[in-house]
Amino acid sequence: MDMKVAKKKLGLKDKYKLMTRDLGWEPSYHSKDELYPYMNYEGIKIHDWDKWEDPFRLTMDAYWKYQAEKERKFYAIIDAHAQNNGHLNLTDARYLSALKIFLQAISPGEYAAHRGFARVGREFPGVGPQVACQMQAIDEIRHAQTQIHAMSNYNRYYNGFHAFADQRDRIWYTSVARSFFDDSMSAGPFEFMIAIGFSFEYVLTNLLFVPFMSGAAYNGDMATVTFGFSAQSDEARHMTLGLEVIKFILEQDPDNLPIVQNWIDKWFWRGFRVLGLVSTMMDYMLPKRVMSWREAWDIYGVENGGALFKDLARYGIKPPRGWDDAEKAIDHMSHQFMLGLYQWSFGTAFHSWIPSDADMDWLAGKYPHTFDKYYRPRWKHIKKLADAGTPFKNYGLARLCQTCQLPSVFTEPDDPTLTCHRETVYKGEKYQFCSDGCQHIFENEPEKYIQAWLPMPQLFQDPINGDLGEWMKWVSLLDGKDNGDYAGSEDQKNFEAWRGLATTNQ
Amino acid sequence: MSTVFIALQANEETRPIIEAIEIDNPQAIVHRQPAMVKIDAQGRLVIRRATIEEQLGRDFDLQEIHINLISLTGHVVEDDETLTLSWND
Ligand SMILES: [Fe+2]
Ligand SMILES: [Fe+2]
Repeated sequence: MDMKVAKKKLGLKDKYKLMTRDLGWEPSYHSKDELYPYMNYEGIKIHDWDKWEDPFRLTMDAYWKYQAEKERKFYAIIDAHAQNNGHLNLTDARYLSALKIFLQAISPGEYAAHRGFARVGREFPGVGPQVACQMQAIDEIRHAQTQIHAMSNYNRYYNGFHAFADQRDRIWYTSVARSFFDDSMSAGPFEFMIAIGFSFEYVLTNLLFVPFMSGAAYNGDMATVTFGFSAQSDEARHMTLGLEVIKFILEQDPDNLPIVQNWIDKWFWRGFRVLGLVSTMMDYMLPKRVMSWREAWDIYGVENGGALFKDLARYGIKPPRGWDDAEKAIDHMSHQFMLGLYQWSFGTAFHSWIPSDADMDWLAGKYPHTFDKYYRPRWKHIKKLADAGTPFKNYGLARLCQTCQLPSVFTEPDDPTLTCHRETVYKGEKYQFCSDGCQHIFENEPEKYIQAWLPMPQLFQDPINGDLGEWMKWVSLLDGKDNGDYAGSEDQKNFEAWRGLATTNQ
Repeated sequence: MSTVFIALQANEETRPIIEAIEIDNPQAIVHRQPAMVKIDAQGRLVIRRATIEEQLGRDFDLQEIHINLISLTGHVVEDDETLTLSWND
């Protein structure tokens, strides 16, 4: 009889060494420069790729095991949600607007992140970052797929979910997130890592996912909580990768510091502008709110970001250039953005609405220095117009920022009564900006940003030629169904009728 | 000293993990939020496999934590026995 010898389990460090570092080899048919042609043009100097550390030391075999477990948990809940009319457990169908924005603008960003990491995983010569980027590329495509799958359950009952892919490409507000990811994907591999791996994942995703998913839980949306937390369980690994990347680059050569600082400045501001959408989801679109945008910023921006930049100070890194302007915008941005969405609601594939008195009282409590002074009077005026049967619609076209592509609805950092507007003339053309941050980014790389596709000029080109109905067709927006005020919408009527059926015997 | 944190989903699998973290980090503050638990600690937070195994009553691989992890901050140092979060300041 064979003796059973207990197999000695490999320790984490040995396993990582064998199953990650040992996967690399020295090329002999081609030179390293030929294999990795994008390593030098950004000016970043790397001397020793073996100095790369993966603190979690996750190897591919363990990766598959844990990801499979996450998928099983995810689908168990998605099935239960579909089988038990989970959509009727929502607090209120207004909540769905937040989901529609998520599906149209954020989930395609997950897919873009997948493409970006698949690319840089190929372009970096070190085995450590190759494996980490490969895992993240697979994570990101999983996020896009599970989100689309989870939200398809709502598409069976509600408007605004049916054409997210067209809307990702064509509608005006999604171009904010799309241009953000396109900008990162068309940058070099090191800039991509600082843009997405560090600035977005480390500094900003907590603000997107954590309060938003808690919000979904609060509002009875089991499907979103599940995809959110399933995606977020990968996020800790992504954040750790982002922090590792920046430490690695800075420790490799002192010449890397100014290049990295410039990218941090750029990508913090780009990311902060994308989060304008999130601030509005948190403050206005969750019928039952977990915390205000201001409170989330204090925890994940001020406290957490503050700790991070204090730590990185030993490398000479300073907090991002737009940090103070961001702080000044926090108490205003969600209100300014929701007012914008409401007046252009004929052109959004989700509903907006005038906040109720109770909602306004909540906002006044959370924004004691700004809401009653600047924003309640405007909502009251808009309410008066709506009550008189002449709701306020703005059919004028918004001036878009050439960098972040948001309409310029935001105000001067030091004067909330004055719209912020900047202009640069480049090669005889005039370009508009929403802020100093966006103007500065453009002026550093004008040849890149003059090529940006902007949704407003598109309106006057084929196949639209200035016709609103043609535009709606082109962006797959069903007028009277997907757009406009929540009050009186099909979503509102259907949700109330179905919930009535579910909770009574009529 | 800056604060580090770890956030975990609130479920049956994480209950013993959270209890273990509380035992090993008496200075930690536990915030229970909808569907999640966020644990803040000044400067440093240590998660020990042995303490989790005592709470759980079975073997535990620290990497299992990935299944229910939501977020964390600070520098991560992990080996077979511990996972540590800290800031250098
Ligand atoms: Fe993701
Ligand atoms: Fe901008």
